Amino acid sequence: MKDSKSLHNKVAKIIQEIPRSGIRDFFDIVSTREDVISLGIGEPDFITPWRIRDAAYRSLDYGKTSYTSNMGSISLRNEVSKYVNSKTNVLYNPEDEILITVGVSEGLDLAIRSFIEPGDEVLYHEPSYVSYNPIIKFAHGIPIAINTKKEDNFKITREQLDKLKTRKTKLLLLNYPNNPTGAILSKSEVEMIADFAISNNIIVIADEIYSDLTYDQDHFSIISVPGMRERTIYLHGLSKAWAMTGWRIGFATGPKLFIESMMKIHQYTMLCAPIMCQEAAKEALKNGNVDLQLMKEEYNQRRNFIKASLIEMDIPFVEPNGAFYIFIDISKFKLSAKEFSIKLLEHKNVAVVPGTAFGQAGEGFIRCSYATSLDEIKKAMMKLEEFIRIFK
Amino acid sequence: MSELINLLRKNGNETPENIAKILNKSLDEVKSEIHELEQKGIIKAYQAIINEEMLDQSLVTTVIEVKVIPEYEGGFDRIAQRISKYSEVESLFLMSGRFDLLVFIKGKTMHEAAKFVSEKLATMSGVTSTATHFMMKTYKLNGIEMYSGEKDERLKISP
Repeated sequence: MKDSKSLHNKVAKIIQEIPRSGIRDFFDIVSTREDVISLGIGEPDFITPWRIRDAAYRSLDYGKTSYTSNMGSISLRNEVSKYVNSKTNVLYNPEDEILITVGVSEGLDLAIRSFIEPGDEVLYHEPSYVSYNPIIKFAHGIPIAINTKKEDNFKITREQLDKLKTRKTKLLLLNYPNNPTGAILSKSEVEMIADFAISNNIIVIADEIYSDLTYDQDHFSIISVPGMRERTIYLHGLSKAWAMTGWRIGFATGPKLFIESMMKIHQYTMLCAPIMCQEAAKEALKNGNVDLQLMKEEYNQRRNFIKASLIEMDIPFVEPNGAFYIFIDISKFKLSAKEFSIKLLEHKNVAVVPGTAFGQAGEGFIRCSYATSLDEIKKAMMKLEEFIRIFK
Repeated sequence: MSELINLLRKNGNETPENIAKILNKSLDEVKSEIHELEQKGIIKAYQAIINEEMLDQSLVTTVIEVKVIPEYEGGFDRIAQRISKYSEVESLFLMSGRFDLLVFIKGKTMHEAAKFVSEKLATMSGVTSTATHFMMKTYKLNGIEMYSGEKDERLKISP
């Protein structure tokens, strides 16, 4: 007994202190059940478009099985440069301002480790993707959550930024379109955040993985604001919009010095992203827009369907402008997010994710993903309607 | 209107109530648009896509390339319409290239199809030659894959 305790203590304290992810807890409950209708999945239901899969087959035919440059293959970096330029009007040099990463997750880790020294503070907004807080802690940084609010449509306000910033604030982590809320920022809201970053000499890490999936207005990137290119690491990847989660390809763009710093970590820990996946990503950026638009249209139709169904049921929600999530306000049912989710699962076999899995700011909400077929969504909405009758 | 048509192309069985939700329109609007499309003859019919091979009594599809002499004044239309009147004919297209008409027929047996070609089609005045192909297996029909082994293997919950 004493031995196992002493071995347990060998695990780094910083790791011991990180709690199990709330989403994993919930996953364990869901996975004990059969025939669950799940609106809890954070990845596209589409299989990677055929032309992209075919490009990967071909790359194997041609014997592409080696390492690439640490930075990623130059032909893929060229495509990334063109793509980012077409979306943001900002040009990055493929030679030394673009790094191909193993998903945005790696890019995020590299970016944070490149800047953080013990005790540096990182501002990030909650509810948020589950990795932000632990990744900051792994780097011995101090995560400072900005609790975004329902009444602000889960957008960051200047007041909050000014209140939470200290002498030690080094980074601001931005993720819009947002997982889990589906919120996006307008141009003026992005400009407000840019002004805050510039006037306080803060570096911004912009996780824009969902930027191709907005439905009512185009995404506006913070790198497009004058003065921001030089202080921003822009992170994006192929997982969501091109339905390529399993390929693990992301990219980071930024000023040469920052990318070079991230590359130092990447070259010793990852070496490079798999070459066949890089080949597939190249095809996606070059010719995949047709498929992307078809998937986006489909997401939009499902989004409309869910919105209309919720309005019929008189259940409020955050306007889902981007990504493929709708954040539903269940506070009127007088249950916590977790209780509501578990009851819905037990009574109707429908899985959603409690908002609190994304931070305390998500209390009173559940996240529903519409990256699931319309047929499943129709069933889920019917079951939700039956479920809420219990409360009437 | 084109959004509605695309939706019905994918699923002709979708209810107007669901269509209204999907396209963010009112139910009345959707109903009247569908009615208009039907009245104008833009929507001709709603049919099911059948995986023939799973039926006990499946139908054989035959594809026939037909060369014809276009008629004075009638062009290809008259002869094409005459061929299309046969109930065996499922689809018929005027083509560019080395033949003129492409005819799809459905029958119970290959024999039945061969009989139709030799007795009805080849003997029709204006038809100069035919080339008959039997369809052996359907992999994809009207955008639907018949043999897709792709399954949803995602985790039930993920961040």
